[in-house]
Amino acid sequence: MNIKLKNATYKQMLWIGMASITLFFAGLTSAVIVRSSESGWQEISMPKSFWLSTIAIILGSLLLVTSKRIVKKGKNPSDLIFLTFVCGVIFAVCQFKGWSELVDQGKFFVGEGSSPASSFLYVITFAHLLHVVGGLISVFITYTKSVNLKYSRENYLGIELTSIYWHFLDILWLYLFAFLLYII
Amino acid sequence: MSDHHNETFISKYIFSLDHKMIAKQFLITGMFMGIVGMLMSLLFRLQLSNPGESFAVLEWFLGEKWAPGGVLDPNMYLALVTMHGTILIFWVLTAGLTGTFANFLIPLQIGARDMASGFMNMLSYWFFFVATVVLLCSLFVETGPASAGWTIYPPLSALPEAIPGSGLGQDLWLIAMTLFIVSSLLGGLNYIVTILNLRTKGMSMTRLPLVMWALFIVAILGVLSFPVLLSASLLLVFDRTFGTSFYLSDIVIAGEALHHTGGSPILFEHLFWFLGHPEVYIILLPALGIVSEVISVNSRKPIFGYKAMVISLMAIAFLSFIVWGHHMFITGMDPFLGSVFTFTTLLIAIPSAVKVFNYLATLWRGSIRFTPAMLFAIGFVSTFITGGLTGIVLGDSALDINVHDTYFVVGHFHIVMGLSAIYGMFAGVYHWFPKMYGKMMNKRLGYIHFWVTFISAYGVFFPMHFLGLAGLPRRYYSNTAFPMFEGLTNINEIITFFAIIGGLVQILFIFNFYYSIFWGTKANKNPWGSTTLEWTTPIERIHGNWPGEIPTVKRWAYDYSKPGYDEDFVPQTEPIKEGEKEH
Repeated sequence: MNIKLKNATYKQMLWIGMASITLFFAGLTSAVIVRSSESGWQEISMPKSFWLSTIAIILGSLLLVTSKRIVKKGKNPSDLIFLTFVCGVIFAVCQFKGWSELVDQGKFFVGEGSSPASSFLYVITFAHLLHVVGGLISVFITYTKSVNLKYSRENYLGIELTSIYWHFLDILWLYLFAFLLYII
Repeated sequence: MSDHHNETFISKYIFSLDHKMIAKQFLITGMFMGIVGMLMSLLFRLQLSNPGESFAVLEWFLGEKWAPGGVLDPNMYLALVTMHGTILIFWVLTAGLTGTFANFLIPLQIGARDMASGFMNMLSYWFFFVATVVLLCSLFVETGPASAGWTIYPPLSALPEAIPGSGLGQDLWLIAMTLFIVSSLLGGLNYIVTILNLRTKGMSMTRLPLVMWALFIVAILGVLSFPVLLSASLLLVFDRTFGTSFYLSDIVIAGEALHHTGGSPILFEHLFWFLGHPEVYIILLPALGIVSEVISVNSRKPIFGYKAMVISLMAIAFLSFIVWGHHMFITGMDPFLGSVFTFTTLLIAIPSAVKVFNYLATLWRGSIRFTPAMLFAIGFVSTFITGGLTGIVLGDSALDINVHDTYFVVGHFHIVMGLSAIYGMFAGVYHWFPKMYGKMMNKRLGYIHFWVTFISAYGVFFPMHFLGLAGLPRRYYSNTAFPMFEGLTNINEIITFFAIIGGLVQILFIFNFYYSIFWGTKANKNPWGSTTLEWTTPIERIHGNWPGEIPTVKRWAYDYSKPGYDEDFVPQTEPIKEGEKEH
C-alpha cells in the first residue's frame, strides 16, 4: 500500500470508528430521553468542575491544531503535544472532582442515594472518560514519536489522527455536557 | 507483486493473516455452531410435540440434571430456546455468513491482495473464537446457560436470582456477546475501508458485483447498530452487578421487595431493537447479495436492474433503523407512534418487492442451470416472498396485536430471515466451494440436500402460522397445559417430524463438504463461467491472490450472453470492443 492510500485508509478507519462511538453515546443519551419522560425523574445540578474540564479539553484541541500547523512548517511540536497531554490529565482530574461533588450532593451511582438520573450521569461521564483515556494514550505515543523526530513536513499522520480523535472527544463532550445540563 | 511468503502451520492455518483462510475459519466455526444450534432446536421440539414424555435421547444429551428420566426440565427448555436463537442469529447467520463471504470475497472480487488490515482481520476471528468458547462454556455451568431469550429482556436477564439461567449463564452470555461485538466491529471497519480504498484499477463502485454492495452496506449497518447493543448491555451489566436501576423497578421476589426503583424494562427494548432490527438485515443482506450473483451466473443473463438493486439495498438498510418499534406494539406504545412505525415498516415492502421482481426478471427466459447453488438461490426467493408476506401482517400494529408472541411470529421470522439467510449461505458455499478448496462438491448429494431441506423447512415453519392464528403462544414449555391448545398437538407432531428430517439431511451436507475437500473432483479455474475477478486467480491458494499484477477491470460484472461474443460470459478484465455499449 502506498503512503497516500495508507493515510486515507487509516483516516477512514478512524472516522468510521468515531461514527461507532457516536452511536454508542447516542444509545445512552436516547435512553436518558426515554427514561426522563417517564415518572419519577429527579433533576441534578451539574458539578462545577465539569465546566473546568470543558475548558481543559477545548484547550487540548487548540494545542493540537497549533501542533499540526507547526509540523507542517517543518518544526517540532513536541512541547505543545505534551501540553495537550497535561490538558487531558486535568480533564480527567476534573471529572473525578465532579463525581466527588455529586457524592457531596448525596447523588450516588448506585444504592439508596441513587436515582436513574444520577446513575446515567455517572455512566455517561465515565464512558466518555474511558474514551479520553484512549485519547491520552494516543497523545502520549504521538508525543514520544515527536520527541524522537518521527514526524516531518511530509509525514505527520500520527499527529493528524490524534488531532482528529481529540477534536472528536472534545465535540462529544460538548454535546454530552450540554445534553446533561439540559436534561439532568 | 504478490504478497506470498513462506508460511508455517501456525501462520497458515491458525493465526493466519490471509483473508481466504480467515474466511474458512469463520465458515467452519459457523458450521459447527450451526450444528449445535440446530441440535438444540431438535431437543426442545421433542418436548413441544410430546410434552412431558420421556426420551432417552434427551437424557443422553442433557444428563440427569436437565432431563431427569428423559423428560426435559422446564428451565433447560428456556435455556435451549435462548441459546438456539443466540447461536443461529449471531454465531451462524451474522459471523458465519458475513464473516465467511466478506472475508473471502471482498479482496478477490474488488481486486486486492488482502484486506486493508490483515492483523485486524485476524483479531476479528479470534475475538469471535473466544466469544464462541465462552458461550459454549455457559452450557456447562451448574445453573445452566442464559434463559431469558435471545433478546435478553429484563427483568429475567437483569436479576441474577430470577431463574437459574439468569445467574452465571447470563453473565457468560453477556461476556460472549461483548467479545462478539468487538469482533464484528473490527471486521466491519476492515470491510468498509477495503472496499473504499483497495479496489483495483477500473473497479468503480458502479462496477462492483452486487454481493460487494451488500457486504459493504452490511458492514455500515454493523458498525452503526452494534454499539447501541453495547450501550444497552453495559446498562444491563450495571443493573445486574452493581444494583443500579436502569431497567428495574418495584420488583418483589419471594415476598421481599427489591431496592430497585425508577427503572424501565421498556427502555431496554427500545435500545435492544435499535440494534435488533438492523440485525435482521445484517443477516439478510449478504444473502441477498449472494443470491444476486448466483442467479445471474446460473441464468446466464445480466442481473436485471443493477442500479435498482443497489438503491433497494440502501433503502432497506436506511429503513431498518427507523422501524424498531414494530417489535414493541404491545408495550403500551402510543397508538399514533405505532402507526408511524407501521408506516415505516410497510415501506420496506417496496425495496423488497423491487428485489424480488428483479430476481424473477433475471430468471425470466434465462438459460437456467439448476446447480445446487442455483436451487438454494431460487429457494431463497421463495422464502423471501412467503416470509415477507406475513411480515406485512406483523408490521401492521392493528393486526400484529392479535398474533404477537405467538407461533405466527416464529413461523414468519424463521422463513423470512432464518431460512432465507441460510439458503443464501448454502448457495454461497456451493457456488464458491471450488474457489475455496479447488474441488467440486458432489452435485447429486447437493440436490438431495436442497430438496429435503426445502420441503422439510416449509413443513416445519408453514404450519406454525396456523398455530399462531389459533393463539398458541411462543416460548411456552408445555402446549398441553392449557385445554384450549390440546387440539393442536397433531400439528406440533408434524412440525417435529419435519424438523428431524430437516436436521438429519444436514449431515449429508456436512459429509459432502468435508468429503469434497479431500476427495472431490478437481475444479477448473472458472467452473461456472463467471465474469467476476475471483475466478481469474490461480486454483492453488497463495497469499496475495494473484501471482503477478492485479488484473484491471474493464467492464461491469454481469456481461452474460452478450451479443457479439462467442462465449456466454465476458470476464470483467476483457476490454470493451470498439462500438460496444458497456451495458
